[in-house]
Amino acid sequence: MPTSHVYGNNIDTDRIIPGKYTKTLDIASLAEHVMEDLDPDFHKKFVAGDIIAAGDNFGCGSSREQAPIALKAAGVSVVIAKFYARIFFRNAINIGLPVLEIPDHDIETGDELLVDLLAGIVKNKTKNKTYSATKMPKVMLDIMQEGGLVNYLKKNKDYILE
Amino acid sequence: MPQTIAEKILSNHAGKKVYAGELCIVPVDGCMATDTTAPLAIKAFKEMGGTQLADKNKFHLIIDHAAPAPNERIANLHTLMRNFAKEYGCSLYDIGSGICHQVMVDNQKVKPGDIFMGADSHTPTYGALNAFACGVGSTDLAAVMLTGKIWLKVPQTIKVILHGKKLQLGVSGKDLVLEVVKQLTISGATYHAVEYHGEAVEQLSLSQRMVLCNMVAEMGAKTGIVSPKGLQLPYAFNPIDAEDDAVYSRVIEIDASSIQPKIAIPNSPDDVHDVSRYIGTKINYAFIGTCTNGRLDDLQAAAKILKGQKIAEGVRMVIAPASKQVLIDALQDGTIQTLIEAGATIINSGCGPCVGSHEGVPGDGEIVISAANRNFKGRMGNPNASIYLASPATVAMSALYGQITNP
Ligand code: SF4
Repeated sequence: MPTSHVYGNNIDTDRIIPGKYTKTLDIASLAEHVMEDLDPDFHKKFVAGDIIAAGDNFGCGSSREQAPIALKAAGVSVVIAKFYARIFFRNAINIGLPVLEIPDHDIETGDELLVDLLAGIVKNKTKNKTYSATKMPKVMLDIMQEGGLVNYLKKNKDYILE
Repeated sequence: MPQTIAEKILSNHAGKKVYAGELCIVPVDGCMATDTTAPLAIKAFKEMGGTQLADKNKFHLIIDHAAPAPNERIANLHTLMRNFAKEYGCSLYDIGSGICHQVMVDNQKVKPGDIFMGADSHTPTYGALNAFACGVGSTDLAAVMLTGKIWLKVPQTIKVILHGKKLQLGVSGKDLVLEVVKQLTISGATYHAVEYHGEAVEQLSLSQRMVLCNMVAEMGAKTGIVSPKGLQLPYAFNPIDAEDDAVYSRVIEIDASSIQPKIAIPNSPDDVHDVSRYIGTKINYAFIGTCTNGRLDDLQAAAKILKGQKIAEGVRMVIAPASKQVLIDALQDGTIQTLIEAGATIINSGCGPCVGSHEGVPGDGEIVISAANRNFKGRMGNPNASIYLASPATVAMSALYGQITNP
């Protein structure tokens, strides 16, 4: 079962992936440097499929899409935060990194979680608790279900709101 | 029902009246991407099956974040952008043109009442022009390139009223916006539009209005828009202002005339204090430039302080004019000469050391005072340096004395 790694409030995109590494199309190189200024041991602890949980305003700062891409490439299966910076939230869904907003979660590092993305339900096995995520607009759920905006537009050719 | 400026602009584009909280699909009047975001946007555009741009006259590419290229990897990304522009017929602003936002404004690629999407988080800067401008990521931008449209949630609006006619000596738009960032905090305007009103705002130049909108990104806002009252532009335009009784989620009133010079201390732009509290803090490096404060009036403010003087020994000062136009203007009026004679190093127009890609990374343990908008850990390329944010006047004054000094 995936375990969670918890970070605090206002984790900015400069800390998720420093600007000096963003100018590349080499996705693997992004994964290499993900979170390095924030947590130099990230790669030692993190196992592909694990979950990142955070506090308020995750992904604030720069609009760089390299931030969610780096997390996805490093194997992050889902990010759970109390709330997100808006550009990061849209970017994550657009590139197919699942993100859930759960304002009242009390997830701690090491907690084992079961996540139902489309229902927006997270079971914390360690704490024996269930959280529900804030509902997303249908267009976002549709994009997430398609695995990102590229697939969504390939299929639909245009946005569909309702 | 009366509307905010954001609601009005979005309604004008949606073809129906829309209000905060509603979703809408709107045509986009202009969009752009930089060398940080364009390569991914181009990749996504092609993956979406894009063979032509929805409107090649409305899409602009700017090479500014790491320009000229510091290494072969980035040089190849620049080549990719140049080739795309040639093949698809969009405009390309190559190295030396300047920072994306300044280039868009200098070249009148955004006008009052427009909806503009930029693949850069400081795109709200154009709200100074009474436009609705948002930062988006590369994939959202690719979809705009392909469809000419974007889906948006109409934001709630926070109204910021800056009262008072006369600002204190040495105070500029940067000090005002730092106070607003402090009050709203780094996440306080998430998903919101920030609308600026008030006497103090009405008398501000376009450049100073751009400072106010630029840093709404540091409040998490979707966009920032200044009331068109007092806005002077070299062409006729149709001003869009909020209606009386429009609904705001919050109203903040600030007496701008009593604000003292401000400084954001490491490592968050909302950790704002009066400069006077930090007087005497030694600095190693002073930087003036960026989309926040790299315009002609900013360089002139620094030159006024440094005229006939020399910056402190052991301090280096780097200046990156925001655009080629700014550089030319500052050359013509002698500003550049004054700054060079005072000991500053002038670098080409572009983002310069702002985002740590090249040109002036600070060393371990060094203290930087910068006129930029972000001081996150590692922002300028070294997580072991500390960054203070202040106005160009405060930066110049601090360079002169080698320590944080009130202008
Ligand atoms: S100057 Fe700095 S903040 Fe502005 S667009 Fe360039 S990197 Fe971003």
